[in-house]
Amino acid sequence: MAVSVGEVVQAFRRDGRIVVVGASLAGLRAAEALRTGGFSGSLTLVGDEPDLPYDRPPLSKQVLLGRARADATTLPQRNSVNAQWRLGTAATGLDLAAKRLRLADGEEIDYDRLLIATGVRARPWFNAAEAALDGVFTVRTSEDAARLERRLSARPSRVLVVGAGFTGSEIASACRERGLEVTVAERGAAPLVGALGGVVGAVAADLQRQHGVDLRTGVMVTALEGDSGGRLERAHLSDGTSLDVEVAVIALGATRNTEWLAGSGLAAGPRGIACDAGCRAFDVQGIVTDDVFVAGDVARSPHPLFGYQFLSLEHWGNAVEQAGVAAHNMINVGPDRRAHLWVPTFWSSQFGVNIKSVGVPNMGDEIVITQGSLAERRFVAVYGFQGRIVAAVTFDQAKWLDFYREQIEVRAPFPPDYATVDRQPGGMRPVPAGFQDPSLPSHGATVTLTGHDPNERRVQFTPARA
Amino acid sequence: MTPGTLLQQITDYANRANPYPLYAELRKTPVARQDDGSYLVGGYYEISSLLHDPRISSDQRNLVARDGGGLQAEEEAGLPPSMIRTDPPEHDRLRRMAMRPFGPPHTPRRVHEMGGELHRIVSGLIDGFQGKDHVDIVDDFSYPFPVTVICRLLGVPREDESRFHVWADAMVGAADPSPSADLQERQRAGTRARTELGRYLAGLAEEHRRSPGDDLLSALATDHGPDGQMSMVELASTSVLLLIAGHETTVNLITNGMLTLLRYPEHLERLVKEPEVAVPMVEELLRYEPPVHLALPRVALADIEVKGTVIPRGSTVWLGLASANRDPRRFDDPDRFDPDRRDNQHLSFLGGIHNCFGSPLARLEAQIALTELARRLANPRLVEDPPPYRPNPLLRGPRHLAVAFDGVQG
Repeated sequence: MAVSVGEVVQAFRRDGRIVVVGASLAGLRAAEALRTGGFSGSLTLVGDEPDLPYDRPPLSKQVLLGRARADATTLPQRNSVNAQWRLGTAATGLDLAAKRLRLADGEEIDYDRLLIATGVRARPWFNAAEAALDGVFTVRTSEDAARLERRLSARPSRVLVVGAGFTGSEIASACRERGLEVTVAERGAAPLVGALGGVVGAVAADLQRQHGVDLRTGVMVTALEGDSGGRLERAHLSDGTSLDVEVAVIALGATRNTEWLAGSGLAAGPRGIACDAGCRAFDVQGIVTDDVFVAGDVARSPHPLFGYQFLSLEHWGNAVEQAGVAAHNMINVGPDRRAHLWVPTFWSSQFGVNIKSVGVPNMGDEIVITQGSLAERRFVAVYGFQGRIVAAVTFDQAKWLDFYREQIEVRAPFPPDYATVDRQPGGMRPVPAGFQDPSLPSHGATVTLTGHDPNERRVQFTPARA
Repeated sequence: MTPGTLLQQITDYANRANPYPLYAELRKTPVARQDDGSYLVGGYYEISSLLHDPRISSDQRNLVARDGGGLQAEEEAGLPPSMIRTDPPEHDRLRRMAMRPFGPPHTPRRVHEMGGELHRIVSGLIDGFQGKDHVDIVDDFSYPFPVTVICRLLGVPREDESRFHVWADAMVGAADPSPSADLQERQRAGTRARTELGRYLAGLAEEHRRSPGDDLLSALATDHGPDGQMSMVELASTSVLLLIAGHETTVNLITNGMLTLLRYPEHLERLVKEPEVAVPMVEELLRYEPPVHLALPRVALADIEVKGTVIPRGSTVWLGLASANRDPRRFDDPDRFDPDRRDNQHLSFLGGIHNCFGSPLARLEAQIALTELARRLANPRLVEDPPPYRPNPLLRGPRHLAVAFDGVQG
C-alpha cells in the first residue's frame, strides 16, 4: 500500500529522532521551533559548554561594566523544549552514512535528522606561550567574560585591546566607561574598517579618541611579554614601540567550530559549513544532503540578493532567523519548505552610540550619507554597488533602518536621488566606501524579495535590462 | 462609494460610532487619492513602511502652500511646532531632551515607579462611586485619572484643570480636519489656545526653575544635558504637547477599553480572575479600538510610490492607524477582539521616530484602570450602546459612557 508524503512527515514528527549539536542561541531557538512546529519525537541537544544556552551580546557590554553578572544571561526558553541535554560534552565526529554522532566522552547518538549549530570560538593569540600569560584574555564565553570582569574590577593600570572590530571596540568602550586606561591596536586604518569601511571607520576612530582611547592604527602587536611570575607586563608593536600593560584582550575575530567534522564528508572548513538556502548542508561533492541541516554562525549559505554569494554571518539575528528556517525545514518537505532570505542585520553599542547595520556593507564600493552628518556622529550611511543599494549603517538613527532594508530588498537604485528629512549639504554625493579588500561578486539577473510573511517570502527574478 | 471621498466620510460625525466598514473599503484601495488632493493610506504594511520612510515629513512647513489654512495660523502663534510636527535633526534633539527626565537611557525607572501612585489615584476615583448605581466612566474616571497623572508628572497644579481644559478643548477642535464652515475659525481658536497654554506652562516652568521639584517641568527647566538646555519657547511647546497628549489620548484608551470589555463581558470576568492578562488585553484593546485613528497629516518630500500609486511631492498624507490595525493581511480574523492574540504589533503608538513618547505610561495607566474597574464594580453593564462620541475623528472615543452597577467592592 502506498504511503503518502504527508503520512511520512507525520510519522517523522511523531517518532523521529533529532539531534542538535550546539546548545547556544541557534540551537535553542531551533529546538523551540521544532516543538512549536509539531515535532514530538526525541530531541537531544549537545553542547560543549556546561551552561544552559545563554545570551552573548551582553558579555562585551553590560557584563564588563559590572552591571550584569556573567552567569545571569541565560536565554529565556520560550516553550518547554522537552529535550535530553548533553551539556559539557563536545561532539567529536560524524558518520554521515550511519547517521551517528560521536561525543567526546565516547558515547554515540543515532539521529534521523541532525542540526549543526556549533558556532564559532574566539581566535586565540597566535603564540600559545604568550596566550597563557596571566592577563591575556579573549571574550567569547560567559566564563571568559566573568574572568575579564574580575580583572577589570581590580583596576589594571592599562588595558591593551588587540583588534578594533566590534568586539574589541565594545570592550574598549566598557573599559573607558569604567575609567580604565585603554590602548587599542588595530592593523587596519581605523576601527570597524573591515565591516563598515573607511568612511564610517574614521568616525569610529574619532569616537574612540574623543572618549580617551589611545588608538593606534596601522600597527600590529608582535609580542606579549611576561614577568618571571608569568604575568603580562609588556606588549611589543610592529612600529617598534612597546607598551606597559597588565591586561591584553585579544579580539581578532572568530574561528568556526568545524574541525570535528574533518573527514566526515560534509563541506565543512575554516569558512564554515556550506548549506543551501533551506539550511541543508552540502557534502564535499557539492551535493546537498537532506538529513543534515546547519544554522547560526557556523553556516555559510547563498543569498540571492547578494549575487548568491555564500554569506557567513556572526549576527545574533541571523542565528535566530536561520534556526527557525532550519527547524521548519527539518519537519516539512517539498513546497512547504522555506528559504533563509533574511537581510543581514546587526547592532553594536559603544561609546554611547547605537550602531546598526542592514544589508552587506562590505559589498559596497561607494557610500553616501543620506541623513544626518558624520561630523555629529548621527547619520544614515547608504552603501552602493553597481548602481544598487546593498547596505545601510546608522549611528544613533536606527529607526529609519526598516526603510533602507526595504530599499535593499527591492534593489533600489544607488545613489538614492530623492529628498529626505535631515539631508545635509553634500549628502547626495557618493564617495568611495573605503574598504581595504573588497571582494566583488559578479551579477547576473536582478532579484528582489517579495512578501511579508515568512511563508510567502519569495525571490522574484527581473530580467536584466539589455 | 468613491475612494476619493473616504476621508470626508471618515470625518463625518455620523460614522463616528462605527468607522470600521469605511476602513475595510479603504483597504481595497491601498493608497486613495482624496478629492482635496491629499492621500489616504489604510493598509498595515504600507503605513508601517511610510512611518519609517525618510521621504515623509511631519513638518507642515513643507506643505506646498495652498490657500491659507493651518500653515499661516501656526506661524502667527509665535510658539514653534512641537516635536511631533518637526523632522530630524530638530525632532531628535527635542525628543532626546524631553526623554532625559522621563525614560531610558537616562531615567529608565520613572514610569515603573509611578505604579503605586497610579493605583492610589484609581482607587480614590472608584471609592467615589460608593453609594451610586451608575457613573459616567468618562467624566467620573477616565478623564480625571490621566489628567491627575499628567499634572503630577509635569508639575502642573491639578486645581488649574478648569483653565487648561478650555484650551485643550480648543486645540482638539482645531485638530479636527472635518471640512466645515467654521474650520478656519476653529483653527484660529486652537492657535490662540496653544499660545495661551504655552504662556501658562512657561510661567509655571519659570517658577519651577527657581524652586525645582521632582517633576518634568522642573527637570526640563533646569537640566543641562549633552544637548544643552531647552529654550523657553521649546519648553513651552514641548510641555503643551505632553499635557495635551497625556490628557486627550489615554481617556479614549480607557473608555474604549471599558466599552469593549462591557461588550464582551467574558473578558471582563477573566480580568478579575487573571489580572496578569491585563498586559496582552491592553495591547489587543490598543489594536482593536485605538485612541488615535488617524495620525497627524504628513507631507511627501519626494514622489513616493506605494503599491503602484505615486504620492506626488508636496502632498498631504493621511495614515489610517485604526484601519491598519484591522488589516486581514497582517492580523488573522482582525475584527475579533482576542486578548490571547500573539504577535500583536499594532500601529496605535505609530512607529519610527515619532513612536508615542508616553506609551509606557499610557499602557500602565490602562492596565491599572481596567483591572481595578473590573475587580471593584459589581455586575457592571452598559446603559447605552453605542454611546455618544466626541466630535474629533482623529482622537476618537466616547464623550460619555454611562455604566450601571450593583455596588462597589472594597
